[in-house]
Amino acid sequence: MAAHRCRNLACLLLLFLSVFLVTMSQETTLGHEQHATAVGDPQTGAETKHTAEKPRVEEKRWEETKVKATTQASDTAVLTKTQVNEDFQEELVIRPLHSGDIYASFQFRTVWETDFMKGNKVSHYRLFPKSLGQVISKFSVRELHISFTQGYWRTMQWGQPFIPSPPGAELWVWFQDSVTDVDATWKELTNVLSGIFCASLNFIDSTNTLQPSASFKPLGIGNETDHRFLRYATLPREIVCTENLTPWKKLLPCGSKAGLAVLLKSEKLFHSSFHSQSVHIRPVCQDRQCKSSSWELRQALNVVFDLHTSGQSKREWSLFKMFSRTLTEACPLASSSKIYIDVTDNPQEEQFELSPATPLLSQAVVLGDRRTFSVYDLTQQVTFGTVRSLNLMIRWKSSEGDMLRPLLHAERYVAGYGLQTGEIHTLMYNNHPFRSFPVLLLDSVPWYLRLYIHTLKVISKGKDNNPSYIHYQPSKDRERPHLLEMLLQLPPHSVTEVTVQFERALLKWTEYTPDPNHGFYVGSSVISSLVPSTVAMETNITMEQPLFSSFFPCKEESSYFARVYTEPLLVNLPTPDFSMPYNVICLTCTVVAVGYGSLYNLLTRSFQVEEPNPGLAKRIANVIRRMRGVPPL
Amino acid sequence: MGLLSDPNRRQALIKLLTRLNAPICGMPVDWLVKTMQARGLEVFTQSFSRTLPFPDENTERYVVKGTNVYGILRAPRAPRTEALVLSAPCTPGDNNNQAVGLLLGLAHYFRNQVYWAKDIIFLVNEHDLIGMQAWLEGYHHTNVTGMDWSPLQGRGGSIQAALSLELSSDVVTSLDIVLEGLNGQLPNLDLANLFYAFCQKIGVLCTIQGKLQRNDWDSASGYNHAVQTMMLMVMKQASGRPWGDHGLFLRYHIEAATVKGVNSFRHYKTDATTIGRLLEGMYRKLNNLLERLHQSYFFYLLPSLSHFVSIGYYMPAFGLLAVILLLRALDLWVQLSAQPSRTEDGVAGTEQSNPGVLSVLTPLVISHLTGAALYMLPVRFQEVAVEHFPVSETEAVVLTAIAVYTAGLALPHNTHRYPDMGWRVLKLVALLYLAVLLGCTAVINFSLGFILALTLVPAAAYVTPHVPKALSAFFLVALSPACTLLFSVFFFQELQEMPVSFQDGWLLYLSVIAQGMLDHYLYGSLVFPLVALLVYPCWLLFWNILFWK
Repeated sequence: MAAHRCRNLACLLLLFLSVFLVTMSQETTLGHEQHATAVGDPQTGAETKHTAEKPRVEEKRWEETKVKATTQASDTAVLTKTQVNEDFQEELVIRPLHSGDIYASFQFRTVWETDFMKGNKVSHYRLFPKSLGQVISKFSVRELHISFTQGYWRTMQWGQPFIPSPPGAELWVWFQDSVTDVDATWKELTNVLSGIFCASLNFIDSTNTLQPSASFKPLGIGNETDHRFLRYATLPREIVCTENLTPWKKLLPCGSKAGLAVLLKSEKLFHSSFHSQSVHIRPVCQDRQCKSSSWELRQALNVVFDLHTSGQSKREWSLFKMFSRTLTEACPLASSSKIYIDVTDNPQEEQFELSPATPLLSQAVVLGDRRTFSVYDLTQQVTFGTVRSLNLMIRWKSSEGDMLRPLLHAERYVAGYGLQTGEIHTLMYNNHPFRSFPVLLLDSVPWYLRLYIHTLKVISKGKDNNPSYIHYQPSKDRERPHLLEMLLQLPPHSVTEVTVQFERALLKWTEYTPDPNHGFYVGSSVISSLVPSTVAMETNITMEQPLFSSFFPCKEESSYFARVYTEPLLVNLPTPDFSMPYNVICLTCTVVAVGYGSLYNLLTRSFQVEEPNPGLAKRIANVIRRMRGVPPL
Repeated sequence: MGLLSDPNRRQALIKLLTRLNAPICGMPVDWLVKTMQARGLEVFTQSFSRTLPFPDENTERYVVKGTNVYGILRAPRAPRTEALVLSAPCTPGDNNNQAVGLLLGLAHYFRNQVYWAKDIIFLVNEHDLIGMQAWLEGYHHTNVTGMDWSPLQGRGGSIQAALSLELSSDVVTSLDIVLEGLNGQLPNLDLANLFYAFCQKIGVLCTIQGKLQRNDWDSASGYNHAVQTMMLMVMKQASGRPWGDHGLFLRYHIEAATVKGVNSFRHYKTDATTIGRLLEGMYRKLNNLLERLHQSYFFYLLPSLSHFVSIGYYMPAFGLLAVILLLRALDLWVQLSAQPSRTEDGVAGTEQSNPGVLSVLTPLVISHLTGAALYMLPVRFQEVAVEHFPVSETEAVVLTAIAVYTAGLALPHNTHRYPDMGWRVLKLVALLYLAVLLGCTAVINFSLGFILALTLVPAAAYVTPHVPKALSAFFLVALSPACTLLFSVFFFQELQEMPVSFQDGWLLYLSVIAQGMLDHYLYGSLVFPLVALLVYPCWLLFWNILFWK
């Protein structure tokens, strides 16, 4: 215990030192190089707090690196107390994918120890964006998660994303339990967010808002889980483009002027296979004892670049090729600014070659898999070398691209033909060879697809699979959607198929969208699950490990939380031919209006002979005559 | 358009084409999977098997087993909601290798482009229509025809449009577009317009029904040519069979057409790259669609690719025919209602002499039972027939059908309780029945309805028990559905400028019957059950009236 405290103290000291150094470097940029080289060792020492790192040596050994790193799901953000109660970190993770594509994930985290609640007027903002702070305090938001995604994450080719999100826009909010009228607050909040992010979030209304009972639990601290205070909505049709990126970038402390954010150029980000940007606000613990809480704002941007459409014959990636920029500095306001390259599949550089090389390595268990990363610390000038700019290069050596078999993936489609009925099939694959695991399926279907819930069938391996928990809320026409939540156990190495039939409703003619023949969208279903981690799955240990560490199979986390979104559906509803009736209505209305109108006018008007107005002279004469008592003219 | 302006790409395509020129035994599934994967597609396979109800002698199929290979080009930043399909049937031998080669070349080129907004599915289907049926059923998870297929692993959302490609040689002189699908369904006319526009733009000769368009509309020969083209379309549509792989897409409300390369030894040659450019243009246009094709016509007849006859023009012709039936029925109804009041009065009187609707039940039931026998027996009793007669299964089925059809004529139909009134009531019912039947058929498949109306309406209007028996019987038989089919076969051959002798024509007739039945069992075509269960019994009613005693 004493040792533990000692280490804590050391960490605190080291961090303090590093913060001091960062502030120094802001003041004296000239003398920074000497400083940085001088304090290289303590800086790497400070790294061991979160992710144990060590200088790279010729023969790689993995014994020392056993410390769990922060992942997005299992984050217990522990902050050490410093004088500044605001902290900003930025990082970029690059993962070269098997298919030759490349996955870049930016995360920017601002943590602020403040209290927006209880009538506390917060007026001084430094790093935390004021627009969001005001939203939190005005609407008593406890947790807010919003994502804008263009494209569908291809789990089969790319594996699991760090932050999953469905195509289109997704918004889920936990309100404080002090909110009395949640629906009104939610309505107002979506309108405000729609303005902040330049998105059509104002289309969120009661027909696409859900209150999931189990699928979306708060990710921050707090044990209030009454789902009356939760609202969830998706807009699968929302198209994400530069107009959404610009306001998102403005929330960053450095904007897009410095740090990693200079890479976020829209002409490259939207020239990709997948683009997703999100904002997550939640309360987190301030210290280990969790005596007080602070607010965490996490902005994430995920992008996958396609090898084939980049128009290059060589399999080669560089920061410049991806973002058409190179890095020259970290954001001066950031306490940490790092680039991680996933080199797990590349221990001996047989897959790809990384340049410039870095001495720093880090290991982390991400999504149930132990990954190794090369780390570039942008707060140190050494990283940028003599040319004062960092242009990371990844050159592929081998060129095979097989499909992955992720442990959990899902797909969904509409079966059947014709415009009367149909069937929604949701397939969930468990590719784990010997372990079954539970999943929570959340399906939300708009009211105009009338689900026949008695036809709901869950089949895995040819047998009925009885869900242990079903929460079904039937729809009300034009008021609320169907909500179906199920807790299912997926048997090992199986496909579980959930089918339910529906009938397509005939809408009122004003309810059709301007492009009714495009079809109507049904949002993605959400599959939340505790997936057994691959680390625990390893039965034959290929890596050299001491014997005492490998007897019980579950060494680390035995399972991790994963959320998988299926593709949205496009369903055609019976649609009248709007063009012909429209023309007919317009023409006949004109004819009727002109013809009938004039006829009616003639028939109903009463005609009378109008007396011509007497002239001015005559009127004056009449006045005089009346005064004289003579009858007027 | 950038395709094949790049010499590297052209070379790659040529390499593919020459690789495929080598004869292939069966479909090279593994090679296709590898080639598609190398082009950056998500590749999946589907295996299927189907046992035909009786052997198909044209294509020599009985037990069919095969594998479809398809690769999905995922559009960047698209949520997998919409897709386009490009398919090429891969047959044993080297019939369609050029099409598969071109498909792979296009896949390679399309993959490197950034502008796709819809996923594009490149499908190579084995055993042409059967493979296509299996794939479509798998994709939409339906089972209409009782086929065995393995479920699909990858999908691209709702399919918006599809083209099927058939090329028999690497040099073609013209491209032919085939539109007629299952049950006479047609794709949206805009798809044909799109094809025509791009052919004009690129300068490729394009044909429909294998006939080039002529510019001399005013002359008699030009008019004749256009009428011939349109009649061919009418005959094909009336047959209700899918005239290309595209035909099966139409059931799922997917606009589809087959593009056929024709090598007819003309001067003007087009190579595969030009066809590639044409397809690229068409796919880019389809890719830009925000809605499904819906604005233009779904009901049309094409005398040439640039002209069409809309439903508003051809429906009145059918309407005039149908009105004859209604007028006849009205006439009979007036006669029937006038007679009782003239002869007798009171309730008891009408009950005695007015036969009522129940009296015609017997002939109705008997003729429909005959129809049901015609529908059921041929396939059910093929084994028995093969055992007892020296014929093959297919012959057995066709000959049983003809035998049942002929036997139906000899059956006694009625108890003849009301010699005078009975036939009138029966004819009234039969006329209304026929009018409704033809009306419904014409709405679904105009050509079939029209041809049936042309032959059945005169007979129906004319027939009474009082006309000369022998002559009328001959007349009625000549206008029966089976003889209509026989004449249609000869007429179709004549239109195609391939006249046949009576002997060959008869053989062709037999094979057409077998084909029609197979279309029903394999793809769910409705022409055979329609004729057997409804049209033939209806005709039998008129036959019955003629021999009313």
